[in-house]
Order: sequence, then structure tokens, then C-alpha cells
Amino acid sequence: MTSVLRLDGVDRSFGDRQVLRNVSFDVVAGRMTGFVGGNGAGKTTTMRIVLGVLAADAGQVTWQGAPLSREARRRFGYMPEERGLYPKMSVREQVVYLGRLHGLTTEAARRATDALLERVGLAERGDDLLETLSLGNQQRAQIAAALVHDPEVLVLDEPFSGLDPLAVDTIVAVLRERAAAGAPVLFSSHQLDVVERLCDDLVIIADGTIRAAGSREELRAAYTSPRFELVVETDAGWLRDQPGVSLVDLDGARAVFDLAPGADEQPVLHAALARGPVRAFRPVAPSLTEIFREVTQ
Amino acid sequence: MNTVEASRLVAAREIRVKLRDRTFLISTLIFFLIAAAATFLPPLLAGGPPSVAATEAAAGPLRAAGLEVRTVPDDAAAEWAVRDGEVDAAVVAGPAVLAMTDAPDKVISALSNEPPVRLLDPDAVDPVLAFLVPFAFAFVFFVTSQTFGVQIAQSIIEEKQTRIVEILVAAVPVRALLAGKMIAGTILALGQIGLVALVAVVGTAVGDNSGLLSLLGPAIGWFIPFFLLGFVLIAAMWAAAGALVNRLEDIGGVAMPVQLAVMLPFFAVIFFNDNATVMRVLSYLPFSAPTAMPVRLFTGDAAGWELPVSLLVLLVTAVGFLLAGARVYEGSLLRTNGRTSLRTAWRERETVS
Repeated sequence: MTSVLRLDGVDRSFGDRQVLRNVSFDVVAGRMTGFVGGNGAGKTTTMRIVLGVLAADAGQVTWQGAPLSREARRRFGYMPEERGLYPKMSVREQVVYLGRLHGLTTEAARRATDALLERVGLAERGDDLLETLSLGNQQRAQIAAALVHDPEVLVLDEPFSGLDPLAVDTIVAVLRERAAAGAPVLFSSHQLDVVERLCDDLVIIADGTIRAAGSREELRAAYTSPRFELVVETDAGWLRDQPGVSLVDLDGARAVFDLAPGADEQPVLHAALARGPVRAFRPVAPSLTEIFREVTQ
Repeated sequence: MNTVEASRLVAAREIRVKLRDRTFLISTLIFFLIAAAATFLPPLLAGGPPSVAATEAAAGPLRAAGLEVRTVPDDAAAEWAVRDGEVDAAVVAGPAVLAMTDAPDKVISALSNEPPVRLLDPDAVDPVLAFLVPFAFAFVFFVTSQTFGVQIAQSIIEEKQTRIVEILVAAVPVRALLAGKMIAGTILALGQIGLVALVAVVGTAVGDNSGLLSLLGPAIGWFIPFFLLGFVLIAAMWAAAGALVNRLEDIGGVAMPVQLAVMLPFFAVIFFNDNATVMRVLSYLPFSAPTAMPVRLFTGDAAGWELPVSLLVLLVTAVGFLLAGARVYEGSLLRTNGRTSLRTAWRERETVS
């Protein structure tokens, strides 16, 4: 059986307001799954339910086919959206403490803490009180806190917000290691460029419902029409009248256009060649932002 | 890892953090100094026997009574010794006793033939002690439950405010968090009053007040279980109060009822300690029992069966408050937007437990 973290028909309301409707998706082992959605779409609520911090009104969350127990959840690593550790405790001491709470022996917790602080670049600051660290370094400490017990599953709510580019690279490398070691990694973000760079799979949520879920390539194929860039010698405005073509961008001799489903790009190229030299003609991969727009409209 | 193990870890952290807290260490030290001063100093300040000036002829009975005698050549010299403040009193021919302002009892009784005295109620408590002891018990309970109760609330708010509570709740049962904090608070509180009591006992023994010790012994012995349960009662209220707010600045709004529940019994015991009826009632009410009942034992008003009965009432109340406090704690721990009303906290238990 593949190791899958699965959400199945999860509903949740706060008072009269339903924030999750029939949320179902899989997070597959060894893959980075990006969880994207606008503010208030339900990302944090979903993650809290996965961690058992909130109860679902209906539906369930399973890991390796079994409903989640507290014991199973203790082997999860969690980074909540609103960060927090003890301000007046040293970084090392509280990471060890969290390791102990997740079931490690003192010895194992110490070893894991030292290795992780080294890994995230905080070894020098380990004995400093958390409140004396810069925000970026507090974020690194937070990552160490989420990883100290070598979790089987990682759930990270906006792990990159507030990080400088260097720290993002460090954290990305650490997360990739975990995924390569076979852990499913679910992370939310509203920075679509970061998600695009990172994720293997994508789950898109809007207004509490899952709008799309699957691998990045599948979603691309399913939700965007084929897009091309054409560069000619003179004005490319004639493309407007070409059957099956809808212009996305026109800048003199350079044009970006989508093809209607089923339309072939070769007749467009022939038409262009008939009008003069063609300097460039290539397919353009649509960005995640476009998929996101398409799906959440 | 089970709930017990998790509670132990939580408690260990709370204690470790507290033992490094300078404010806590200083307040404990001040407590010790007060206890030491209260027990060591009085015997020292009381001073030795009075000094008396007398001619050699009159000195015999004074020496026999253990007074410090200074022999002077004549009565005039004895009078001057008193006027100069060199001695407390003088005995001159007559015999007559000279002193400046107060009649020196010990000198007078050394010279007189006192009739034998039979005390009909020899155990009755010195009125000064009868006032001081209730005050001391009430004060210790008041200060300790207040200090450590507030600390439990603060520790809960800190975890809510920093949101670390989400990580904690994802790892261990909510009850383990609360239990750990309560255990840590109780251990610290008992540890502190235990050390204060030790200092007081040593001080009393050194100061040769062993009579007082044997009188206080049973009251102190009973004070401990009463204190323990009373503390749990108050701490449960503080825990619930702390869980209702999100920021340390907001604690004032929820602290008032808890503070009243500690303060009113404190003043009641102090003001009514000589009113047997009121004290009897107070010794059964859970909030005042921890101080009122040991005081009644000390003054000899309480029958043997009354103590376990009052203790049982307190136990039942404490368990009830603990369960209610735990429910409010569970219901409001993860509600991080604004202050949670008691009713909402009671109805909603957000976590999967």
C-alpha cells in the first residue's frame, strides 16, 4: 500500500459559516504537495484538521489507510501559520523539549536538535533566547521545531512567508531532503512562484472547496489551453483574424496567443511564414498564476 | 508516550523555567527572610534578665532569683545608677524598689512571697499568638495561591499568545498540558511553603520556643492537606481564566473574580478569627477552609471529626472546579481571536481528544 495522507469529504463550519465543503485530496509519499488558495479559502482550517488541532464536522483523514490517531499524529511535523515558540527559552532547549513531547528520548532529542540547528544554520545561536533572534532566524528555529522528531508526514502552513531568499533556499533544500526520504510534504503558500518552483503536486482551494488537485503537469494540461509565442518581422496583428487563435498579448512583431481546444498550431506557423520571416515560434508553459486564475474563477 | 509521561514533561519544563526566573527567586528569598526574622529575632530582642543595683546586704535574694546584680556602696549610688540608665532598677533600704517608668515585675517578685498559682485552663493560647497564627496561615495561603495561580494563568496565556499551543496540542493531549501546569504550580507552591515552614521550625527550635512548636505542630500538619486542595481549587480557576484571554495585557478582566475568591476569605478569617460561629462556618466553606480550619484546630475549637469532614467538602469542590476548569481550558485554548466568553468555552471543545 502506498503511503498516502488522504482527506475524504471533510466539512467544517464555524457557527453558521461553512468554511470547508467536502474537501478531499491525497498527499502522496515522497512528493511535495503545494496547497494554494486565497486568504480565507480554508487552507489553515484544513491543515489544523489534519493535525487534529480542530475537529472535522464530517469526513475523515487517513494515513496509510487508517484513520488518524493521536499516536500517528505525534509522528507528524507541523508548522502552524502563526508562528510561535517560547520567547524566553533558548532555541536548543525548546527544540529538545518539543522533540521529547513527540516521544523522543532526551538523548535522541539532543542529537536531532544539534544536527538540525546545524542544518538550518542556527548552530551558533542555539543557546540564545528565542526572543533575541531576528525574525528570519526565528523562522529557521520554527522549522527545526517541526522536524526534530524526524516526522513521517510534514504539514507546513505558509512555511516561506517572512523568509529572506537565502533562508527560503535552506528550507527548500531541507524539505526536499525529507520528501526524497519518503515523507509526504504538504505546504500551503500564497506565493505562487515559490510553489511553482517547489511542488510536484498541487491542490487548489477556493471558498472551502477543492477546485483542482493533481500533478502540476496534469493540471497544466487540463486547465490551460496550449499557448504559443510568435515573433515575426513586421506587425503580428493579423493573428486576430486567424481561426482558433485568441490573442493574449500583442507587442508589435511579438505576440502571445492561445489556441482553441483541438486547434493545430502548424497552420498558424504556415500563415506566418507566408507573410514573411519568422524569428521565433515556441510553446509557452502557462504559469501557476494562470492555472490558479482559471481554476478559481 | 501516554498522558502521564506528557504531563511529567510539561511539568518539568514549567519548573525548570520558573527556577531560572529571577523574580521568583527573589520573592522566595524575601519570604525566607521574613520567616527567619519572625522566628529568630524575638528571643534575641527580648534580652536577658533585668539588671539591679543594690548594696551587698540586699543582693542575696536578687542573685538567688537569677537577676543581674550590681553591688553599690550605698542607696544613693544605687539611685544614681538607675537615673543614669546603667541598671534597670535598684533595691534600697526598706526594702523599696526604684525604677524610672515601669515597675520591674521580676525584681518585685524576687523580693515577695508569692502565693502558689493553679491555672485552670493551662492550654489556652496566648492572645497575641491567637491573633498572629490565623494571620500567618491566611497570609501564607493568600500569597502563595495568588502568586502561583497567576503564574499558571500567565504560562497558559504565553502559550496562547505565541501560538506554540497549536504545536503542543498536535503532539500531546490537552489534558496533559493542563495537568503538567497544575502539577508544576503545586510542587513549586508546596516547595516554597515547605521551605518557609522549615525555616520557621528551625528558627523556633533555635530560639527555644519549643512549647510554641508543639502547640503549632498539629495545626501545621493539617494545614498541608488543606492547603494542597485549596491550592488546586484556586489554580483551576486561574487556569480557566488564563485560557479565556489571548494576551497578557487582558488578564485583568478575567482575574477579578478569582482574586475575590481568594481575598474575601482571607479578610474574613483575619477579621472574624475571634468569632467562634463565623469561624465555624468559614471552616466548612471551601474557599476559606484551608485557613479557617487549621486555625480552629490551633485555638482548640475544632472537634476531631470536623477536620476530615471539612477536608472532604474541600476535596469534592476542588475536583469539581478542576473538571470545570479543564473543560473551559479545552474549550478556549485554541480560540485565538479575542476574548472567549465562559459560555462559549463551556459549550465548545474544539480539539479531538
